[in-house]
Amino acid sequence: MTLRTTPLHTAHQRAGARLVDFAGWEMPLHYGSQIDEHRAVREAAGVFDVSHMRVVDIAGPDAPGFLRHLLANDVAKLKNSGRALYSCMLTPEGGVIDDLIVYFRGDLGYRLVVNAATAEGDIAHMRASTGGRDVSVEPRPELALLAVQGPEAVAKVAPLLADGLSTAGELRPFAAVWNGGWMVARTGYTGEDGFEIMLPAEQAEAFWDQLLRAGTHPIGLGARDTLRLEAGMNLYGTDMDTSTTPLVSNLGWTVAWEPADRDFIGRAALERQRAEGVPQRLVGLVLDGRGVLRGGTRIETEAGDGVVTSGTFSPTLGVSIALARIPTGSSQSELAAHLRGKAMPVRVVKPPFVRRGKSQLE
Amino acid sequence: MTDTRQDLKYTKSHEWVRVEADGSVTVGITDHAQALLGDLVFVETPEAGTEATAGEACATVESVKAASDVYAPVSGEIAEANEDLADAPEKVNESPFDQGWLFRIRPSDASELDALMDAEEYAAMVASET
Repeated sequence: MTLRTTPLHTAHQRAGARLVDFAGWEMPLHYGSQIDEHRAVREAAGVFDVSHMRVVDIAGPDAPGFLRHLLANDVAKLKNSGRALYSCMLTPEGGVIDDLIVYFRGDLGYRLVVNAATAEGDIAHMRASTGGRDVSVEPRPELALLAVQGPEAVAKVAPLLADGLSTAGELRPFAAVWNGGWMVARTGYTGEDGFEIMLPAEQAEAFWDQLLRAGTHPIGLGARDTLRLEAGMNLYGTDMDTSTTPLVSNLGWTVAWEPADRDFIGRAALERQRAEGVPQRLVGLVLDGRGVLRGGTRIETEAGDGVVTSGTFSPTLGVSIALARIPTGSSQSELAAHLRGKAMPVRVVKPPFVRRGKSQLE
Repeated sequence: MTDTRQDLKYTKSHEWVRVEADGSVTVGITDHAQALLGDLVFVETPEAGTEATAGEACATVESVKAASDVYAPVSGEIAEANEDLADAPEKVNESPFDQGWLFRIRPSDASELDALMDAEEYAAMVASET
């Protein structure tokens, strides 16, 4: 199978990227050192090509009603144009089909950004769920998507934006502006300040080159993963999937239970799980000893075994951190991780581990 | 492109071996191996005085991506390990053939060295893997 490439493929090659297969896309893993890239985002500014993620526009008179049925969070919370929220999209059984950000764009309708690996299935599910409503589901593969993140991100990006986007620097978190085919949002996946920028594919390389010339570091998917894990953010397919509900994935806060008569897909199953008792929870772990927690690492608790869903070495903290799904009945603050034949003590913490460049650990 | 040193011997599992003037052998992982592993975050080296057996795990290098065993290329006693790596594992990435050496063995049977590859054979093996 031929791997798909983004509009920035040759730019990555020019920047010395080590390219790997990610969900059928040939994407940069790193451009030399994953740890150096991680630090660049925590201390300065980095740019990620995330054009493999898919933009889907939802429009039509019934768009609000459709999304209030489709998503576990409630788009009725988006009172003002330019606001966004994070949500899961569920199966009738309450399993997570995908997690996404939905932007309200006033008369233009709504814009969703979904994961690369799930995009085709997501779009099919959306179309199958319209239920005769007057709504359009339009994927926008012609848009490139860049994330610029880090304490210097705003200073690097703002001077490069066209006049119609010049207010981007004053945007609140989870707010967006758009003009001339571009959309700039104050969102990200790193725990740092910054933007996610959607723009026409044919303009992506010139904008990328401008960012690099301004001293923004190119960042690969390797550092994207260590940054998001330090920020305590779930990764779809690893920390949750169709076999897990938001309630066992530390995402209960994204489920809008009120109003009680909003009938979203998966609601009945989540209410049942909430009434019967949520069997597991997703927690943060810190390994102070030498070694790295990895996906699949067994976690021993007094209430039965748990498992690491994603684990890595935290460049900011200098130790290994992880998200792990453990039995709800476990209340100990220290558990045992079984790592390469040895039981190692791990601390249970509440994510995030790092925010705005600073450790959140005691 | 990764670097291969002409004066070293190599294993199939991507260790390099340098025979020193006193007959001991210094062992590390190749530039190709460190590039595949990515940034190292922990290195565990064997204790001096312990016995190593050719082909058996003797050290561990752990990167952001994965933990990998390093195998003893020959049998013998561990003469010395590179203690600096405990605090500076990145030396293996930056200088795999020099400052990033892992341990030194006094071979119990020097003929085991004959089974190792030379630089040309190793480069050909790497080329066939990629």
